[in-house]
Amino acid sequence: MSYAPGTVLPGPHAKGLGATARSDAWWAAPLGFFLLLAGFVVYSTWAAFQGAHYWVPGTNYISPFYSPELWGTSPHAWFGAAPPFWPLAILQYSPALLILGIPAGFRLTCYYYRKVYYRAFWADPTACAVGEPRNDYWGENFLPLILWNAHRFVLYLAIIFTCILGYDALKSFIFTTKDGGHAIGIGIGTVILTLNTVLLMGYTLGCHSFRHLVGGRCDSFGAKGSTTHSLWSGVTWLNERHPFFAMISLCWVAASDVYVRVLSISGWHDHLILFRF
Amino acid sequence: MSSPSPVPTTTRSEPRTFIIWRGDKDSGTYTPYTAEITAGMVVLDAIHQIQAVHAPDLAVRWNCKAGKCGSCAAEINGKPRLMCMTRMESLPPGPIHVAPMKAFPNIKDLVTDVKWNYAVNKRIKPFKPKQVEADGSLRMQQHDIDRVQEFRKCIECFLCQDTCHVLREHDKHAEFAGPRFFVRMASLEMHPQDAEDRREFLKKEAAIGYCNITKCCTEVCPEHIHITDNAIIPLKERVVDQYYDPLAAAIRFVFGSKK
Ligand code: SF4
Ligand code: SF4
Ligand code: FES
Ligand code: FES
Repeated sequence: MSYAPGTVLPGPHAKGLGATARSDAWWAAPLGFFLLLAGFVVYSTWAAFQGAHYWVPGTNYISPFYSPELWGTSPHAWFGAAPPFWPLAILQYSPALLILGIPAGFRLTCYYYRKVYYRAFWADPTACAVGEPRNDYWGENFLPLILWNAHRFVLYLAIIFTCILGYDALKSFIFTTKDGGHAIGIGIGTVILTLNTVLLMGYTLGCHSFRHLVGGRCDSFGAKGSTTHSLWSGVTWLNERHPFFAMISLCWVAASDVYVRVLSISGWHDHLILFRF
Repeated sequence: MSSPSPVPTTTRSEPRTFIIWRGDKDSGTYTPYTAEITAGMVVLDAIHQIQAVHAPDLAVRWNCKAGKCGSCAAEINGKPRLMCMTRMESLPPGPIHVAPMKAFPNIKDLVTDVKWNYAVNKRIKPFKPKQVEADGSLRMQQHDIDRVQEFRKCIECFLCQDTCHVLREHDKHAEFAGPRFFVRMASLEMHPQDAEDRREFLKKEAAIGYCNITKCCTEVCPEHIHITDNAIIPLKERVVDQYYDPLAAAIRFVFGSKK
């Protein structure tokens, strides 16, 4: 902030949106996160409504946006084609719409994502020591944001989902051969889906609520080398890297969907190393 | 390699402009001063030079000049920092803006009135030992203490309080305790030998729910305490145990409460 020398001010600090004496590019990080998250929301919403091209024939690849496929028309579906309760007259069915709420809710209530979107989308605050657009403030003390206290319950569901994606990753090592038999192999899709699970596990198991659950809630970890202390230390290691895993796993999930979609639409063959038994 | 400079760098000086708040909470001006900067100087040195040469009535609070007393907190180029720990060479070229902390009433120039913090501190229930042994000692495991040790590094500079938007922007001083005191409460709540329960205070009087974990306190802490990740979020999780988790409530009902 620059003032003409001698200007008498009503106190040392200005108020209001963007008011700050910071001269660095404080707006760059929130802008970057805004673009990244908005881009992800737009792409994932589009992908979720497609209801097609989420799996690749001849492989066991399935897009992580569509797994678990409870009802659906692909060979990955658990039950029938469409859920009996789905209002088909109003909304075309897509398996992703049924399940995407869980991972979305997990990230929405994640302590790290909260920081990011409160800053980038809600300017509360945009950056440290930068003025805000609103005077009134409820924080997470009142509805609706007080609901984010339920993060741990979404975590329990997210752990189950991560296990299911791990199962998908294992399945992606199995391919159908031209003669209709099966073979074990590794394709680019296998690598992508396996890495996807690894990154999601890094993200999910570094969760603050998980850290609390495995030991943080205790005042004493018990004897040195106790299970509680080892678990808490391990989760703490991941927790310190939570922002990294949060963002990289988000990008990777989208990249996995893109890869499966491109293979499915184009009919290209994945580059495979097949081991026949 | 270029030949060594004939003038030792320590004696070479360079003029820099400082734009300093002169006034109190009701009115004042940002006044430019020039200081001669030599290698190794920190912002507090420059302020002292300005005091000695141009403005003997410039009010500034300091004590240790070693980043340990927490007195010299101010806002340098808009960022809450310790003046004695901000090296001149770490600042970008151009005039340097020096303001008092925003979250507390300005008394004069760079000095603010931080007594509100001491009042909050008094309301926190102190350490209550669980089991003093016959020989008078409190035994605990090193790895349990390691966790709370981090919180003991706090030098009470109140930079975290100053940058916290709940106080700085929304003036919730009457309802909210602020990050410094979540750090103190974390050091007590997670202590292996503390028998007190501060969760009700944390929720109702310290209003930890106002914190939206945007981490500015962590960004400015000169002691690099992981205020949000290691103190506030774990405390929020403990408050969830007590007030928002029906499953934990059921377990407490069946097996009894631990504290
Ligand atoms: S993380 Fe919470 S306490 Fe720290 S500055 Fe942000 S709102 Fe304030
Ligand atoms: S927690 Fe850090 S920033 Fe806050 S008062 Fe203590 S030392 Fe200063
Ligand atoms: S805190 Fe990020 S997933 Fe729980
Ligand atoms: S003078 Fe003591 S911390 Fe700066």
